[in-house]
Amino acid sequence: MSGSIRISFSECSARERIARVFDEHSFTEWLPPAARVMSPHLAQLGVPSAFDDGVAIGSARLDGHTVFVAGQEGEFMGGGVGEVHGAKLVGLFKRALRDRPQAVVLLAESGGVRLHEANAGLIAVSEVMRALLDVRNAGVPVIVLIGGANGCFGGMGLVARCADHVVMSDIGRLAMSGPEVIEASHGVEEFDSRDRALVWRTTGGKHRYLIGDCDQLIDDDVAAFRDAAILGLSMGKPLDLAALEAEHALLARRLQVADSVEGVEGVDSVDSVEGVEGVDCVEGVEGASDAVDLWRRMGIEQAAAVPDMSAAEVRALRRQEEVTR
Amino acid sequence: MIWTELVARLFGADHDIVADGDFLSGSARLDGDAITVVGTTNHAPIGFALALRQARVVLDTIALHPRRPILLLVDTQGQQLRRRDEMLGINRAMAHLGCSIDLARRRGHRVIGLVYEQALSGGFITSGLIADACYALPEAEIRVMRIPAMARVTKLSEEFLTRLSASNPVFAPGVENYVRMGGVRSLWTGDLQACMREALTTTPTHDCRAEDGRARGGRTLAAAVAEQVLAA
Repeated sequence: MSGSIRISFSECSARERIARVFDEHSFTEWLPPAARVMSPHLAQLGVPSAFDDGVAIGSARLDGHTVFVAGQEGEFMGGGVGEVHGAKLVGLFKRALRDRPQAVVLLAESGGVRLHEANAGLIAVSEVMRALLDVRNAGVPVIVLIGGANGCFGGMGLVARCADHVVMSDIGRLAMSGPEVIEASHGVEEFDSRDRALVWRTTGGKHRYLIGDCDQLIDDDVAAFRDAAILGLSMGKPLDLAALEAEHALLARRLQVADSVEGVEGVDSVDSVEGVEGVDCVEGVEGASDAVDLWRRMGIEQAAAVPDMSAAEVRALRRQEEVTR
Repeated sequence: MIWTELVARLFGADHDIVADGDFLSGSARLDGDAITVVGTTNHAPIGFALALRQARVVLDTIALHPRRPILLLVDTQGQQLRRRDEMLGINRAMAHLGCSIDLARRRGHRVIGLVYEQALSGGFITSGLIADACYALPEAEIRVMRIPAMARVTKLSEEFLTRLSASNPVFAPGVENYVRMGGVRSLWTGDLQACMREALTTTPTHDCRAEDGRARGGRTLAAAVAEQVLAA
């Protein structure tokens, strides 16, 4: 692939992504569009349906290894999870539990629960989570690739964080509520959804990578996603009490760093918190409210320059930070 | 039902459950056996910090009290809709709560969810909906969207959606609809202590919600489609 023209992962359809990320011609689709397993609810509403309900699932090979695959199609209802879409994902994980592939790779692009069939979508997302965790507990790693224009939001943002390994491109987004929803709820002062720079440094791949919410940060390139997915095959993580205690400590430390009042004498310093020595003090600021401030508190001195950096430059930053820990 | 009345009806005076803001935690006894109780009140928005506090109780129960049952009291308006919570990674904190509850189940803790006031969207997925099973009081409300909001999103009339929702529980809010879809195992009425006792002994440990939805006629495709994938 080296030397070839870079192909945008974001601009590909779900099936094009699958075709390019996995070994050539290795994808066998289950319940393909020809099977016409569709949402009955959209039909009832008179809303256009898709023959695959917006997700392609099946088996493929990745660097020779058999993996199970799901690709959500952002062009259809923003990748929203309805009853059938969710059930296809649940079925994929159940089959993985039975057949034990080398990994399950989820190409996630979703606004979350599909609002047209919201009740069923909500239950379905929780069923996906339980089925995914069954697979992880059986020792089969789950890898999530995020790089579509619709991002990975809502229930799928939860599903992604249940996986072993998360890969994002710098234009990918991972979060819970979309900026439009937050702006509608609490006003433009809370979150200006049209401020693209703010949106990306709050939910984008660089931010998620710097704070550790994704494991690999790559360019918007199908070949880079393929390499990252191959690396992910060996990145399974335990899901026992010790692992969850470590996760808890990480998140509690993050909250402590963000909440601490800096630059005010006599206030509890964050020096005792691992990994935040040398924090650049911002006088009088009560807790971090912007990602740039949070990065700085985490010891990233060039925080202000991050939004203009390439994925490679941001990767180098986290490596430096890891060395100082 | 306010939480103080709820826990009085569930456990009498035999509990030390307290509220700290919107956060509920403590322990109770039923027939002499201890139960961990954790949850929220005041229709709490579940933010990064509140998800972590709940996860802490679950992890402590796993570490200190092997196999002790856990009751999740659900009253939430959904996830906290704030930019700062998104920046901090609210989805990761909520997923961590879900993974903690999931681990408790795998380690032999019976985990029962109970929607006693209100349950919405993201605040519900990683609490009651990831328990062994979730129950609800009949007067509670469960929804993602109300009909007027759904009418705006779908650009269909409220009258049309209301008519459809009479026959299809997927479209409208309500605990009865969640029972028909299998998301809620049953409604607790009358003697709540007896309901709790029965839930602790009869709740299945595997996820049978899709089968329940099919048997009850409220979610007919979920189980069938998953089976088709297994057979494909």
